[in-house]
Order: sequence, then C-alpha cells, then structure tokens
Amino acid sequence: MRIRKKDSDVYEADLTPMIDMTFQLIAFFMVIINFAQTEQNAKIQLPESTLVKPPEQPFEHQLVIHLTREGRAIISGQEMAIDGLRILLDGEARALELTQSRVSSATVVIRAHRKAQAGEVQRLIKKCQESGFEKFALRAKGSTDP
Amino acid sequence: MKIRHSTSSGQDKIELQMTPMIDIVFQLLIFFIMTFKIVAQEGDFNINMPQASPQSAPPDQVEFPVLKLYLQSNGGELAGIRLQDEPFPNFPALNRRIIEHIGTDSGPGSNQESAQIEIGFDPDLHYEHVIGAVTAVSGHRTKDKKIHKLIEKIQFLPSAGGGAPAITP
Repeated sequence: MRIRKKDSDVYEADLTPMIDMTFQLIAFFMVIINFAQTEQNAKIQLPESTLVKPPEQPFEHQLVIHLTREGRAIISGQEMAIDGLRILLDGEARALELTQSRVSSATVVIRAHRKAQAGEVQRLIKKCQESGFEKFALRAKGSTDP
Repeated sequence: MKIRHSTSSGQDKIELQMTPMIDIVFQLLIFFIMTFKIVAQEGDFNINMPQASPQSAPPDQVEFPVLKLYLQSNGGELAGIRLQDEPFPNFPALNRRIIEHIGTDSGPGSNQESAQIEIGFDPDLHYEHVIGAVTAVSGHRTKDKKIHKLIEKIQFLPSAGGGAPAITP
C-alpha cells in the first residue's frame, strides 16, 4: 500500500456559509438603522398613548418637526426657535408646489417632547398653518398600560 | 525579459486572503449591532386644522353639539379636567363619560361620526396630558385589545395667551 505524503498539512475551513450569514446580518442592520434615523431624535421623549398603532399607509408627503422640552424646533437636524421656522416652512411649501402637489396634501408630523409646553405645540401648529399646511399628526409612543 | 511560465501542471489554485475581509466584515457587524436601537412602536393622531379664512362658513347642520374640553394646569401638571363644565378626576373617567355620551355604534350617521370636540388647555400644560386627553376622547381599547373609535373630529381651541391655531371644522 502506498501512503501519500502531503507537503503541507493545511486544513482549510469552509468560510462561505459564515460570510453569507455575516453579510446578511450586516445588510439587516444597515436597513434598520437607516430607517430609524430619518425620523428620530435622541432628545425627544414622546408621550405615551394606549391607542397608537403604526400608520397603515405612509403619508403622501410628510415633514417631521421635533419639539424639544425647552420649546425649540428641530427640523431636518437643524435646531431653531419656533419663530425662525417661517422661512424654512415657506421653502418647503414652495418645493411642494414645484412638484405639482398642493401644500394642503402634506402632513406635518409633530414629535414633541412629553414635557414640552402644550402652548408651544400650538404655536408650532400656527406657524405651519401660516405657511399653508393643514394636516397634522401628533406622534406618540405606544404603551401597554391601560 | 524572461517570462515565467508556471511549470507545475494542474494545481494552479489561487488562494484568496480571507482574513482581512473577515476582519472588516466583523468590524462592520459590530458597529451596526452597537448602534442598533430597538424602537418602540409609534403612531399618530391625525388632526385636520386648516387656517380659518374670514369667509369660512359656520358649521352647517351639526346634529351633535360640539363638545368642549378644558384642561387646567398647575405648573405643567394636570390640575383639572372639565367637559362642558363638568369636572372629571382623571382620563379614564372622562373616557367612560365620552363612551356614554357617544354610544358604541359606529356606522354611518351615528353619533360617533358626527361628534366633534374642541380641546383647550393652559399654555404651560405638559404636552403628555394633551395627548392623554386626545387618547381619552378619540377611542378606547375593548377587552380583546381592539381599538374602538369615539370622537374623530378633534380640534384645539385657541389658548388664552393668543397665538393659537385657528379652528375650522
């Protein structure tokens, strides 16, 4: 009987399944992270409500405005006073009109901090109304307590 | 110039260097896992508030009177709930009163469809109490966890300090 001798005794593990899985995991986390970051802000703690459920269909056009506890607005990452929003909102309204959609069809999603003053939320709504926005969505976090 | 030809026959296996790739891939994976945050379920209360124009007509043929709810504040905390001048100790009590008032039928032409409510509040009240009030008037969860809607037409009253949204139905 002939015994075959190998020059090198290197054992290679099959890495393909592991790499497949790892890439799948990376793809999953990438998708989740992009989704969550677009409309969240770490400063904002939403109020809780037992009635909320995720919207069945996304809004046609949405504009997310955060309102901090101190009553400052955050819109697309820029923090400013509510009174300074007018130019930005007018710009958004013009941009909507350029895409042949009416300003009134857009929804302003208000993500206000739970301890923010309700009067500030009203002021924010009024500013949006002055720029022609009509639909508002008050965002809340789901809770299980009755 | 001498061109080297491979002399060995057959065994021309190219070996990929896997180690650097796996290093990077695991780094990416760890980065994404660390930045991953479990998000609580979020939802919206939709309110429709066009700016009142001077020529806007008064609400016509309202079969159901517009309810008025007022929330009083004491340094931001809730100090009182009044529905049509009737005080309520808390939101569940208000919710029960609204259910009595509106009834449980929800078909076309029902109270639930035509009922409207205007919510007013002191400007320094914490926003969570406003959401609590909106929750109490807009629906309740039945025993089988389904949402039963109550009043859908919700508006905010102008606050006493001015600068409030104009209300039209």
